[in-house]
Amino acid sequence: MTALETDLLIIGAGPAGLSAALSAAQGGAAVLLADLGPGPGGQIWRGAKASDGGESGTLLRGVQRQPNITALYGAQVALSERGPQGGHAVQFSTPQGPRRVLAQKIILASGATERFLPFPGWTLPGVVGAGGLQAMVKSGLDVRGARVLVAGSGPLLLAVAAGMRAAGAEVVGVAEQASPTRLLGFGLAAQRGGKVGEAAKLLWALRGVPYWPATYPVEASGGERLTQVELGGLTRRTLECDWLAAGFGLVPDTRLAALFGCALEGGAVKVGAWQQTSQPGIYAAGELTGIGGVDKARLEGSMAGYTATGQVERLRDLPTQLEQARHFQASLSRSFALRPSLRTLPAAGTLICRCEDVPHAALQACPSWTEAKLQTRCGMGTCQGRVCGPAAETLYGWTFTGVRPPLLPLPLADLLGE
Amino acid sequence: MPELVLTVEGQPLRVPAGISVLAALQGAAHWSLRRSLSGQRRGALCGMGTCFECRARVDGVLVRTCLIPVQPGMTVELLE
Ligand SMILES: Cc1cc2nc3c(=O)[nH]c(=O)nc-3n(C[C@H](O)[C@H](O)[C@H](O)COP(=O)(O)OP(=O)(O)OC[C@H]3O[C@@H](n4cnc5c(N)ncnc54)[C@H](O)[C@@H]3O)c2cc1C
Ligand code: FES
Repeated sequence: MTALETDLLIIGAGPAGLSAALSAAQGGAAVLLADLGPGPGGQIWRGAKASDGGESGTLLRGVQRQPNITALYGAQVALSERGPQGGHAVQFSTPQGPRRVLAQKIILASGATERFLPFPGWTLPGVVGAGGLQAMVKSGLDVRGARVLVAGSGPLLLAVAAGMRAAGAEVVGVAEQASPTRLLGFGLAAQRGGKVGEAAKLLWALRGVPYWPATYPVEASGGERLTQVELGGLTRRTLECDWLAAGFGLVPDTRLAALFGCALEGGAVKVGAWQQTSQPGIYAAGELTGIGGVDKARLEGSMAGYTATGQVERLRDLPTQLEQARHFQASLSRSFALRPSLRTLPAAGTLICRCEDVPHAALQACPSWTEAKLQTRCGMGTCQGRVCGPAAETLYGWTFTGVRPPLLPLPLADLLGE
Repeated sequence: MPELVLTVEGQPLRVPAGISVLAALQGAAHWSLRRSLSGQRRGALCGMGTCFECRARVDGVLVRTCLIPVQPGMTVELLE
């Protein structure tokens, strides 16, 4: 296996990774941009093309025009070790087999995953993530004429509802677990953050769609797939639908950072003023340093791209802009904090770990993650705790402690492959 | 939109080019993609490579179908 050599390896080609690549390449560094998805864009711009209009098209064209940026798609990090001449040696698993990359510096831009909370029936086909359904539709799922109920928490629910409507679905309603007072607080923060235009556009796109605050799904039912959802909380009703798009906020994807030994703080990757992590030569940018949306991701990406390549003179007012984005981030997490009553949604038999089919009752009896793993195999199945980890954090207050290389179940040939 | 043909569970399936294998399966009403350890039906959950619920065999290799774009002549077998 011949290794690819680069000055800077960027892992994740979402808004943060793309912005980092462009900033770094402007200074002449050789940049390798890798993503496990089939193309650039990350979550918000999934499937975006350089020919598109708007922010994503402009950024993608910028990246395309830089001859010193190489992209590697379908590539997921499996292992990492010290490089032979310093720096890092990172092994990717790709559909074409393993690829080894030698890099002097690394920017981690792995984004976030959705938090799924278990309730009776959440494992039925047709119950999906909120961002999850958005991602599926952007990848070609046809929802024309389908009835979609959006539920969970966070501003993403509105973006998803608008996206579903634009794709031709009938959005039967949006159930947001946050209380009306908290939502008002968020509205004011958004106003101060200059997001009035954005919000007005969303509200216009969603005119006529019911929005139920302090409301959440208590049961999903159906035979072979979902047909009906019961809502509880402030608005109690039962609705017929084809899709329940339920996501309870986003969780920084810190797995990669943990693999590289970077320190975490409050569930996110800890970074300094230049986006540097606790590991020398490794930077982090975007959702993995704290959920803050696309603006924060882009600003942090640019910051990391410049500082990792020694172009501090180009920073200009980036630090000030970042300060504002982080204010907004703080108001986000206050307003959409999950209500404690969500912990009572699972019934004794509701599965928490979908890979190993471990029910709530079995986990309630465990004092910690470590015990739960030993006694029930919770978090030890195929997804390695990616789904049940954030759920167990909310339900039982456990912190997931499970990242061990390799990061994904590798075929043996990949591990041995030379 | 150009189209292409793949084979799903032994049947030819015509789909738009550029979509994911998962979207192709869902388009053919394959909502349930596997059985869980205790025999329950399971379909895709996250759409982004996190949950592994969408896995199936594509040209003999076990993959997360939400991450793989369709290609002409591809063969897809469900785990169900
Ligand atoms: C499912 C989902 C849908 C969303 N939809 C929207 C939306 O419609 N509108 C909106 O405003 N916001 C949406 N968001 C919020 C989103 O987090 C931000 O808008 C924005 O995309 C964050 O940018 P980022 O660059 O930090 O991360 P992301 O855009 O998440 O990019 C991270 C990239 O890293 C890659 N990656 C992760 N781990 C690895 C690894 N181990 N190896 C290789 N590559 C890796 C991922 O494939 C991904 O492309 C969504 C979030 C999620 C989770
Ligand atoms: S739908 Fe979750 S990994 Fe594909």
